[in-house]
Amino acid sequence: MNMDVQVKDGVDQETVDAVQTVGEKYKYGFETDIETEYAPIGLNEDIVRHISAKNEEPQWMLDWRLEAFARWKNMIEPEWAMVHYPKIDFQSIYYYAQPKSMAEKKPKSLDEVDPKVLATYKKLGIPLKEQMILAGVEGAEDAPAEGRKVAVDAVFDSVSVGTTFQDELKKAGVIFCSITEAIQECPELVKKYLGTVVPPSDNFYATLNTAVFSAGSFVYIPKGTKCPMELSTYFRINAENTGQFERTLIIADEGSYVSYLEGCTAPQRDTNQLHAAVVEIVIEKDAEVKYSTVQNWYPGDENGVGGIYNFVTKRADCRGDRAKVMWTQVETGSAVTWKYPSCILRGDDSQGEFYSIAIANNYQQADTGTKMIHLGKRTKSRIVSKGISAGRAQNTYRGLVSMHPKAKNSRNYTQCDSLLIGDKCGAHTVPYIEVKNNSSRVEHEATTSKVDDEQMFYCRQRGMGEEEAVALIVNGFAKEVLQALPMEFAMEAQALVAISLEGSVG
Amino acid sequence: MANVQEKYDVAEALIGASTPSGGAIWAVAARETALANLRQMGAPHRRDEYWKYTNPTSLTAVDPLAADLFHTTEVRPFEMLDRIKLVFVDGIFDAAQSDDLSVDGVEIELLSDAMAKDIHWASSLYGVLEARGQSPVARPLAALNTVQAVQGFAIRVTGKAAKAISMVYLRGSETGDAMVHHVIKLEQGADLTLTENGPLAARANTVMEVEVADNAAFHHVRSQGRDHQRRAATHIFTQLGQESSFKSFTLTVNGRLTRNEAVIEFLGDNAHATVAGACAGDGDFLHDDTIFITHDAVNCESRQVFKKVLRNGATGIFQGKILVKAGAQKTDGYQLSKALLLDDDSNFMAKPELEIYADDVACSHGSTCGEIDDDAMFYLTSRGIPFKIAQDMLTLAFLHEALEEIENPVIAEDMGARLSDWMERRTG
Repeated sequence: MNMDVQVKDGVDQETVDAVQTVGEKYKYGFETDIETEYAPIGLNEDIVRHISAKNEEPQWMLDWRLEAFARWKNMIEPEWAMVHYPKIDFQSIYYYAQPKSMAEKKPKSLDEVDPKVLATYKKLGIPLKEQMILAGVEGAEDAPAEGRKVAVDAVFDSVSVGTTFQDELKKAGVIFCSITEAIQECPELVKKYLGTVVPPSDNFYATLNTAVFSAGSFVYIPKGTKCPMELSTYFRINAENTGQFERTLIIADEGSYVSYLEGCTAPQRDTNQLHAAVVEIVIEKDAEVKYSTVQNWYPGDENGVGGIYNFVTKRADCRGDRAKVMWTQVETGSAVTWKYPSCILRGDDSQGEFYSIAIANNYQQADTGTKMIHLGKRTKSRIVSKGISAGRAQNTYRGLVSMHPKAKNSRNYTQCDSLLIGDKCGAHTVPYIEVKNNSSRVEHEATTSKVDDEQMFYCRQRGMGEEEAVALIVNGFAKEVLQALPMEFAMEAQALVAISLEGSVG
Repeated sequence: MANVQEKYDVAEALIGASTPSGGAIWAVAARETALANLRQMGAPHRRDEYWKYTNPTSLTAVDPLAADLFHTTEVRPFEMLDRIKLVFVDGIFDAAQSDDLSVDGVEIELLSDAMAKDIHWASSLYGVLEARGQSPVARPLAALNTVQAVQGFAIRVTGKAAKAISMVYLRGSETGDAMVHHVIKLEQGADLTLTENGPLAARANTVMEVEVADNAAFHHVRSQGRDHQRRAATHIFTQLGQESSFKSFTLTVNGRLTRNEAVIEFLGDNAHATVAGACAGDGDFLHDDTIFITHDAVNCESRQVFKKVLRNGATGIFQGKILVKAGAQKTDGYQLSKALLLDDDSNFMAKPELEIYADDVACSHGSTCGEIDDDAMFYLTSRGIPFKIAQDMLTLAFLHEALEEIENPVIAEDMGARLSDWMERRTG
């Protein structure tokens, strides 16, 4: 990226540099040359049946998919987002692709895993130790862990390559496996929860996902259990002309806790590829889920050619009292992003938080935000969104805060800031605020004075300027998350930590 | 989608047979353009993005619902001004109740007279600003007004107007529609204060197209008063030249349904615009402010300040948007919408939008909603102020932030007094 961008006064140079670094050459754009087995191109009922058969699913699952597919055929693509792209030809996409070696038999040891697949993960920066475990090498789990342990479910195109630390997690009663395995091995749990947060009829892309999903992770944390390690799924699109449609289901039973991380990359290609995932999270009484994403799909080149269309539905349902969810997202990839991780705050005193940094470079377009649906009494939500646009990128925050009549004494605080680097890009804000009772308080501010009062007081008391204090506190959220990310995200984290929102436009 | 055909059917029904014909070529052309636009966009529908909070059905029904007449003995607003009074009864100009149309610095002409003249300055405004304002957000009721309106004034201001112009909209009938369309042109350096008050009709649809040339200033104050069952859809379309100023304030105290749209476009550098409003609503009350400000010039400032107090199940809506076009550097956009809900049945919906394509700008928006602050109540009551009075004090203080946007202190005081009256009446 050239450096002749005219940057207005007040914008921190370190931020400009950091954003440019993110927009520079995509580091994960390589392609792994392996034999891939595809379902026939295009989408029809037979493809849905094919995917279901490939995953060895029971009849109820197939019926569920077919019903969604029948519905999807009559649905219209949403056009309200501030993103523009050529119409997608849903018949020119492969809906299922897997490495041929995986098609025959699931590998049980390092020797059985296609070395090229292993090399891919190595190249993506997943620590060797985890790779060994990924490949199921005996004794690996007794090896001393370097730092924190993170269990990984690695998804390669439409299949899960392997899930690490499964045995150790099992000892704690935690189930962490691919959704395909879960459908076979714990169908009752899946049946009870799947589609209850994001129903098959939810929206165009969620319905498509319901019909054709494969891979994705399943997590069940039993009552009163703090998951002994962080869980992570790493999504890799490799095959050409292939869509990725994973489905993730996380269930945090009463009083449990889990932190879940998600990362994604794809090769650099001239054609666009579709990614339409669904993430459902069920949080019971007193449970807490942290869900962090580093979205680094291929964003297209500096002329806007290629890149991933990222149309994702993510939703958490705080069903029980005092349930808590925290979404954190770092969005740097994808040509087009359409993503609104949401919180349904059903239980009394439940809490939802959404922290987002969206960086759009070149011709990237991001339309992202959240929905906070307050249904229970004394529910609380907080939204902190930072959008940064450079080059010719467009970045939109779109959010809904809804206080239902019964959500007495609830609170929301929203802060969304945008920063433009250069005069060819755009930053947009589309917040919806709906308040239907008077004891709730909703504050939507673009000003920087309403960060946590106590934290502000602490910083100010130590002689920090207001702007400086706010920057520190807001960046603190980001840093906390960035530092908690697995090793493979270290590079992004380092680049992003330097970002500040000084000189925001609103 | 199922609603699409319905939109067009409703539009056709509204267009009906009552479309005026004749007049100058430009007038006919303006109506035709508006008609074509209306047919293309259809009538407003609940599923339209900008009608999701206000159900337009009662505004688009072919026959307006009857609205009981409201009688009051209180002094009408703006009586204290040195002004030219132009009175409309049920949407029709009543010369007998109005003042003489001559005032220094201003040419006032009936719209129907202006539209009969082949050469008239109004030809560059009538339906023109309205048509520009149809994109990117459709405003079908304004197009309908351009197609059908025969009532209204063409006002051209050439210098500092010696008197304010005051439109008084009286209502004598329990049923019926009224459509009024004003075109106002402020020449370079001109200055005009225009006031509007009264319900106009059981269902009113008004359009005001205002061109504010370089260095000109337009002050608009409106009082949508105590007529409980009236419905109104109002539209202001304005274009601002260099170093011009546009200030509009609306006080709304009750009324069944009010949709106030303002579409403001900055075309000259260093200009200023304020759109503000205070509204107090009770019960079956819905008030919707829909504002769209386009910055297409350098170093312009826009302010939106809206305060709403709602009780007994009233609904307040704010849809405000600031669009900063590429190149509109040094824009300062400010947008504030606050609602005070006095009870649990009242609702507030807000959509404060920003769309920014220039990097050296400052746009801020704030929107809050809640009940009266407990700490403030405690402070007042602990000092011996009775609970009800303390509540009223805080409610009025809350509304006053919007009243501060009125430049004329006499008008501001009068508006404040009317809000105090509203508080004291408790019910309507």
